[in-house]
Amino acid sequence: MKNNNIEPILKIENITKRFPGVLANDRICLDLYPQEIHCLLGENGAGKSTLMNIIYGLYTQDEGIIYVKGIEVEIKNPIDALRLGIGMVHQHFMLIPVMTVTENLMLGQEKTTGLKLGKLSKLDRSTVSAELQELASKYGLSVNPNAYIEDLSVGEEQRVEILKVLYKGAEILILDEPTAVLTPQETDEFFNILKLLVKQGKSIIFITHKLKEVLEIADRITVLRNGKTVGTTTPKETSMHKLAEMMVGREVLLNIEKGQPKPKEKVFEVSDLSVMDNRKINVVNGVSFFIRAGEIYGIAGVQGNGQKELVEALTGLRKAARGNVKLLGNDVTNEDARSLTLTGIAHVPEDRQKHGLVMGFSIDLNLILQTYFQSPFSNLGFINLDSIHENANQLVKKFDIRTPSIFTPVMSLSGGNQQKVIIARELNRPIQLLIVNQPTRGLDVGSIEFIHQQIIVARDKGVAVLLVSAELDEILSLSDRIGVMFNGKIVTEMNTSEADRAKLGFYMAGFSDEKMFHKE
Amino acid sequence: MDNQLNKLNPIKIIYISVIVPILAIFTALIISSVVIILSGSNPLIAYSALAEGAFGNLNNWIETILKTTPLIIGGLGVALAFRGGLFNIGVEGQIFVGSIATVIIGTTLKAPAIIHIPLTLLAGVLAGAVWAAIPGYLKARFGAHEVITTIMTNYIATRIITWSIGVNGPLRKTTSFVPETNSLLDTARLPLMISDTRLHIGIVIALILAIVVYILLFRTTLGIEIRTVGLNINAAKYCGIKVNRNIVLIMAISGGLAGLAGAIQVMGLSPYNFTAGFNVGYGFDSLAVAVLGNINPIGVVFSAFLFGAMDAGARLMQLRAKVPVDMITILQGLILMFVAANQIIRGIYRIQIQDKKADKVNLSQGWGGGSK
Repeated sequence: MKNNNIEPILKIENITKRFPGVLANDRICLDLYPQEIHCLLGENGAGKSTLMNIIYGLYTQDEGIIYVKGIEVEIKNPIDALRLGIGMVHQHFMLIPVMTVTENLMLGQEKTTGLKLGKLSKLDRSTVSAELQELASKYGLSVNPNAYIEDLSVGEEQRVEILKVLYKGAEILILDEPTAVLTPQETDEFFNILKLLVKQGKSIIFITHKLKEVLEIADRITVLRNGKTVGTTTPKETSMHKLAEMMVGREVLLNIEKGQPKPKEKVFEVSDLSVMDNRKINVVNGVSFFIRAGEIYGIAGVQGNGQKELVEALTGLRKAARGNVKLLGNDVTNEDARSLTLTGIAHVPEDRQKHGLVMGFSIDLNLILQTYFQSPFSNLGFINLDSIHENANQLVKKFDIRTPSIFTPVMSLSGGNQQKVIIARELNRPIQLLIVNQPTRGLDVGSIEFIHQQIIVARDKGVAVLLVSAELDEILSLSDRIGVMFNGKIVTEMNTSEADRAKLGFYMAGFSDEKMFHKE
Repeated sequence: MDNQLNKLNPIKIIYISVIVPILAIFTALIISSVVIILSGSNPLIAYSALAEGAFGNLNNWIETILKTTPLIIGGLGVALAFRGGLFNIGVEGQIFVGSIATVIIGTTLKAPAIIHIPLTLLAGVLAGAVWAAIPGYLKARFGAHEVITTIMTNYIATRIITWSIGVNGPLRKTTSFVPETNSLLDTARLPLMISDTRLHIGIVIALILAIVVYILLFRTTLGIEIRTVGLNINAAKYCGIKVNRNIVLIMAISGGLAGLAGAIQVMGLSPYNFTAGFNVGYGFDSLAVAVLGNINPIGVVFSAFLFGAMDAGARLMQLRAKVPVDMITILQGLILMFVAANQIIRGIYRIQIQDKKADKVNLSQGWGGGSK
């Protein structure tokens, strides 16, 4: 694909962007050739998002030049970017759930028909809908134009996002972590769409931190670290290990070193548990499993198959409708969060910022959120700042939380350090059961490595661990036994030694028949 | 990098809590002087009269302090609720209800002052607390927004009280031609700090309360719970805090403070009763005081003092400069607007401090998880 005779469609030269006190982008260079998939790889905070926001016109660079089709351009806002044919699909979808696919597509450039009444004109849904279908079939992005966004699956929503960008005439697509929400099968399908897009003449910048995907889909790979370009390479010339090293700047353990599990007695037992979601629909349907001391039980599954509600029911945040839960033989069904904490359950929640942390609190307070009412942190209702600070200083050191001070608000920390605050808080008390939900979502390689190690350390100390994750690699590398959750049920259970990505993927997608699987 | 970040925090704290309010006051004075000029008066005369009216002699000082006292206590109530994530607009009604309960106990109970005074104060506190707990309960139980329900309880409080001191109302002083209650018995009146003046011990109570509220918020486990509920209700649930119970409790404490403000007004100021038009507006001014004080108990003391001084000085300003008392309301409104929309102040004075987003970029850069 790299061809010196062809002019890059997008060329970035020495882009520098400073935020007060920090160099977010330091003379970054990048070029994108027509019909190329160029992966931009880097840890959180490496400067990927800043760079893309500059290209998309959300920030302006302090220095450096952007060329589109060889012409120097100034991109002041996203409208400029779109005019130049640059479109961006954000990691968090920007769709309006109560509107249809067509209506979402029209947002911002409403086509009207009939009387010209300005904002009061009649919307021309049918024309747009037809245009949409044409686009969809051209690029293999099948979607029902009249469906409401809220009824679509995540994969479909993503297609709508891409269609939105294409509809606005984008030639260059910037995709920010697009596969974070997809199953392996959906990811494969998504990659096919990307290949078709490229074939039809589009060029793609693909932002990710998943090394495997990069090697699979990229034509070329550029790695950023600490705001600088580390280098550009191709999948042929590199490997997972080399890329990881480029990203982190040191050697990384991609495969976790984990001893054989030494499971002991049953610590945790869930029987026939059913849980309703906020709409009063049963989303967990008769789930049963057990976990022994010193083993990690992984629940794999595409998000939205009841894992969230299951974990909430197990941690006292939601009432179970049926069934029971036993911890060390005692019935703890529907106990509240506080008493579960006191009986020895630790919980690393799915959404660290929403549930796990008080973002405006400093680190020292976040580290005692579960224990602030206990000695030594509290005495007759008054808090003991000395022991709170001492606790914080110890944990910051022990769990390698990178922060200028224990008084820094956690909202100023990177995602990895925020998660370390939670891990430190949850693991640093006597616990029987550790429930971790999506423990490494959105984190960089270094933090993932650290957090995985901590989970294994907990297991080896004899803690029973429940790991819920949508990342198959995480499930496979950490779990000792695996249950696959689909549609509110654990559809199969296996030892990790019997499991592989493809097998799990099929159960995750709802196939329950082994024969069907073997035929494929 | 380390040094730079350590330096950032104190600067930010000073910036938020001191510089912005001061610049807001300054800017509001400038704009108000334009209005004063347009209305045909001299702003310098007006402002010097305002200052003299507030601090010119002992009596001016006393009036300033008397105006400050209920604003501190009411402002503390608002600030505490704010910390718990609740916007208690009901302070006005809670002050009324507290005042009425004070009148009932203060006019009927027969006891020596050492018992009568605390019980009368307590009556005000409890009445305000119960009155505020109603919207708290409605929020906890049914999710009714406290802004709506406290506005409603204000109306209800006002109407009930108008009725109770109206013609044939149960609390109406029968010998009076105006709507008012009987005066408190001598045993229920607050002692004076300086004899033959109006200065009663209310300000001491207010200042002690500021310290108590500060300790409550920042040095107790209840304070951690209140602030956790206020900043992140989901995290509060996650760590096992009884959120609903806390909401009712926060409202009750907030309303209790408001009720106490009402009680002190009745017990400290002649004619020691409740009259129509009594203390109108202190409840709403308390909201402004809490915001201007950066919802910090100590900040509340200063901002209440500022508002109290302006209220006390306004009359002399009107006399000397022929500037209507309402000008003070405009001035207070402007100050508040600039504090609330501090972007304007930052824009005018080019205060260059990183916003949160930039901080985040800043930190995640150098302290990013894995890069050693």
